[in-house]
Amino acid sequence: MIKKSLILILLIALGGIFFSLFRSFTPQNELPDVGKYYAENAMEQVGAANLVTAVVVTYRGLDTLGEVTILFLTAAIIAFFLKHTNPKTKEKESKPSEILQTASRVLAPIIFMVGVYIFINGHLTPGGGFQGGAVVASGVILLILSNPNFKLNHRLITVVESISGLSFVIIGVLGIFLAGGFLDNSLLSLGTFGTIFSAGAVPIIYIFVGLKVGSELANIVATMNQE
Amino acid sequence: MVFTIVAFILGIIMITAAIMAVGQKKLSTAIIAAGVVSLLASVLYLLLAAPDVAMTEASIGSGLTTIIFFYVLNKIKKTND
Repeated sequence: MIKKSLILILLIALGGIFFSLFRSFTPQNELPDVGKYYAENAMEQVGAANLVTAVVVTYRGLDTLGEVTILFLTAAIIAFFLKHTNPKTKEKESKPSEILQTASRVLAPIIFMVGVYIFINGHLTPGGGFQGGAVVASGVILLILSNPNFKLNHRLITVVESISGLSFVIIGVLGIFLAGGFLDNSLLSLGTFGTIFSAGAVPIIYIFVGLKVGSELANIVATMNQE
Repeated sequence: MVFTIVAFILGIIMITAAIMAVGQKKLSTAIIAAGVVSLLASVLYLLLAAPDVAMTEASIGSGLTTIIFFYVLNKIKKTND
């Protein structure tokens, strides 16, 4: 009883906080200073049609590197903890339904293609490395779900992941020597605005981010499957 | 005006689904309800002109998380049998 009333009081207090936030909200008609700078200068400085990508990969590139590192740590920790618990207790697997098996055969290539499309076109259309990587990983999970004996090549995944992570950092460091600073994208020519070969190193970085995120998320689920 | 109405409806459905996700006894229904919350949230982001965030929410929040929850539920059921 006391517990329930406490929860109720807490909920009402939270509601009060959010309501006062809602009441004091006034819509802004112009961008704040940093946003204005990005919106005005990103087109010449970065050359990416998608402003969000321009901010995520170049202006705030270091933060993206941090996010990728956190994801890598998560995958590594999960693999570490699941590796040593019961190695071989393969009980009899029930077969997945016919619908799932057939649908996964049709859908998996399309899902992979959409994922790759999203991260290759990250500098032109909404989306990017993280989103595309997640889509690719969900394709892999679909394959695992539809076929319990599906074996993911762990060595290949590890190699892909390491190489893409390393390339991301190398491109960033190259920026210090060949362009304005760490993760500066102008070490390659900016190209024509709005075409696929534009925005300098941004598409390359996003392809690596996409591969890294996709392989990491797929690896997490594959480790869970083997356990 | 239209936006306000749509956002309001989406919000009500989201709150209902969230309550269902917490209170529902049947776990598979609860997982689907949690997925619905994410999916409608991504629609809301799209209406608020943030397609990048909407994409992340749709792919990770309602796609990957739901699949992983179902996967784990399946595993637990198999172990209990």
